[in-house]
Amino acid sequence: MARLASIQDLEILRDERERKRDPLRREVAICTGTGCLGLGARAVVSAFEREVELRGLQREICIKETGCPGFCEKGTLVVVSPPGIYYMGVQPDDVPEIVEETLCRGGLVGRLLYTDPVTGQKAVLEDDIPFYNHQMRFLIKNNIKINPKDICDYIALGGYAALSRVLSQMTSQDVIEEIKKSGLRGRGGGGFPTGKKWESTARAPGRSKYVIVNCDEGDPGAFMDRALMEGNPHSVLEGLIIGAYAVGAHSGYIYVRMEYPLAVENTKFALHQARDLGLLGKNILGSGLDFDVSVHRGAGAFVSGESTALMNALEGKVGEPRPKYVHTSTSGLWDRPSLLNNVETWANIPLIINRGSDWFSSIGTEKSKGTKIFSLVGKVNNTGLVEVPMGMSLADIIYKIGGGIPNGKKLKGVQTGGPSGGIIPARHLQTPVDFEELTGLGSMMGSGSIIVVDEDTCAVDLARYFVDFLCDESCGKCLPCREGLLRMREILDGIVSGQGREEDLQILKEVADLMRKTSLCALGRTAVNPVLSTLYYYPDEYAAHIIDKMCPSLACKALVSYYVEPNVCIGCGLCKKNCPQGAIEGEEGSISIIDQSRCTRCGICFDVCPPKARAITKVSGGLVRSKAKEGEKA
Amino acid sequence: MTDDDKENLDKIIQKYEGKEGFLIQLLLDLQSELHWISQEAIKELSLKLKIPVSRIFRVASFYKAMNLSPVGRHSICVCMGTACQVRGAQRLLDATESKLGIKSGQTTPDHSFTLNRVNCLGCCAIGPVMIVDDDYHGRVDSKKAKLLLGQLASDS
Repeated sequence: MARLASIQDLEILRDERERKRDPLRREVAICTGTGCLGLGARAVVSAFEREVELRGLQREICIKETGCPGFCEKGTLVVVSPPGIYYMGVQPDDVPEIVEETLCRGGLVGRLLYTDPVTGQKAVLEDDIPFYNHQMRFLIKNNIKINPKDICDYIALGGYAALSRVLSQMTSQDVIEEIKKSGLRGRGGGGFPTGKKWESTARAPGRSKYVIVNCDEGDPGAFMDRALMEGNPHSVLEGLIIGAYAVGAHSGYIYVRMEYPLAVENTKFALHQARDLGLLGKNILGSGLDFDVSVHRGAGAFVSGESTALMNALEGKVGEPRPKYVHTSTSGLWDRPSLLNNVETWANIPLIINRGSDWFSSIGTEKSKGTKIFSLVGKVNNTGLVEVPMGMSLADIIYKIGGGIPNGKKLKGVQTGGPSGGIIPARHLQTPVDFEELTGLGSMMGSGSIIVVDEDTCAVDLARYFVDFLCDESCGKCLPCREGLLRMREILDGIVSGQGREEDLQILKEVADLMRKTSLCALGRTAVNPVLSTLYYYPDEYAAHIIDKMCPSLACKALVSYYVEPNVCIGCGLCKKNCPQGAIEGEEGSISIIDQSRCTRCGICFDVCPPKARAITKVSGGLVRSKAKEGEKA
Repeated sequence: MTDDDKENLDKIIQKYEGKEGFLIQLLLDLQSELHWISQEAIKELSLKLKIPVSRIFRVASFYKAMNLSPVGRHSICVCMGTACQVRGAQRLLDATESKLGIKSGQTTPDHSFTLNRVNCLGCCAIGPVMIVDDDYHGRVDSKKAKLLLGQLASDS
């Protein structure tokens, strides 16, 4: 492709692309994001290619591999356009039928359409599906229309128009004012006003400045940055180039965690294509702006997602945070002024420039503007990425979009904000989701993970899980975080294994208080949130573990026993056959008995017990208590 | 290190010549060539780059992605992110550990498998997730894990 020497050239390319588009040619878009790939998307793509070739339909049908549109629960997703028929859970065996029925005859394959679980009604188009039609999608809407490895797909949908506008009609000050006016706040967790951050970097003295994309999405349960970087890398890149123009930077970095190999690959591809077209490099679109970007892979350290730690990692050093009194806007990467924003923040920039700050600030709540992508995961029917206006209530997100809790279970709470967040109990579900409200409930927005937990998850065990996670991830530079987490883990390990003491709760609170006041970076300061929020909202569960030595959710291994109900056991012997410890006695045809002294509580017997029998039950308290007492005597 | 390994190392060093802050990227490249980073390789790097061994080792030992001991022919990775966790990742890990007879972070004595846990792979909607070599598998329970591991064992 020829280099674009001016803004007119870009418009010519866009027109040409539109003119060359064959309106009769139908498109089969197949999601090949990491989620759908994990459900077998690669085989679905091959099946389509084979089928189309077999029937000689290459000229009539174009197969497009796209990014993730969000509804991962129902992968592999396939969209046939026009008119945009949405097929879900597609397996390679379904492909010949789709080609025959839909592409050749113009009909529908009913069983692959979304079916409303209550009314049984089928939905054909994206907008008919409740998971999508309660959302407000600007950032991820295009993912299913774009092949991330083809820059022209992005350009055809109006891509790089915001950059043209900035380069031809706006000064750097205008851009900063526009971002400030929009009210956009950082999407990585802190929620710092983006425009203000840009302004201080722009004002900082120095000729070499850097702009950085933080795609070190370490919060477990969050994957919106992966979906954007993998599925629509140019939207992030366009934001970044605009940022470089605004603050006066000539080089940029995209830091992608290595756990996202596809995001690394697609980002590198995007940079190549942008460079070939002259959207990166010297004299971008003839404007005089020189700017280029390189990709830096993370090497597996949660703490390096912290902005100053990330800059250390970019310098090739150990990714430990730096003290915060030195602002990165004046002294960041290689001690030069640096502007670091999260992937989603950058992706919002072209939208704000194209549609205006007034449009952007009309969406959302008083202090939190625009839309936010949340990853709705855990025990919820429709898992996936959801983009909603700030201020939608948790209940709406979980029930209207998420379709409620599976298997008739009760919702226990919602974990937001990753390991730095807290657990919000069911009674606060009407809370509108924005930065302030979530912080007020002892949790936080974080990068936007919403992990739904039902009655099978133990609040104490979940707190222990996060503390364990952070113990592993604490860099060890400052003492409160390093030692505080270890002590908290010791105590929580004791509680979940039935060794808890009543005074433990007070010690937990004291350690948490100290960590919050004295840790060097946000990792240590917020690490206490999962512990404090569960102590506050679920005190009964802590008490049950400590005093009654039982786990009400039947989740803590050491406090649970498996038991065969003799009157429902059908004597099939499956449990005995599968028990790795040989702890189950009883011949086929007779009732099985679990030898508690040999049982390791792996739960395999519980899983394999046939549904028609359901003879194996979990109990906590009774059997365990008598065993604990025996232990004491010994 | 074999002569081939040394040649590879030289090529990788050349790639980063004149660049700033390359150490992590270089080590990642080296690892994808040699599968792990040996003490010998660190010493060799130190000589060629004129960076103290202690600094290279500090970086290599800080980041989880870098293997400082040899790995097995197949790599198994179980995601322990929160979403996978609430959907039973711990039981999946337990089952995999007992099937392979090793703990996470270890390699089987015959060097067939290395088992690792990872904090989040970002496939949270399809958890529990397991990566077998480079392939992602969603909604894996202990039964499916047994099947996947069985396939590998019969292939090799």
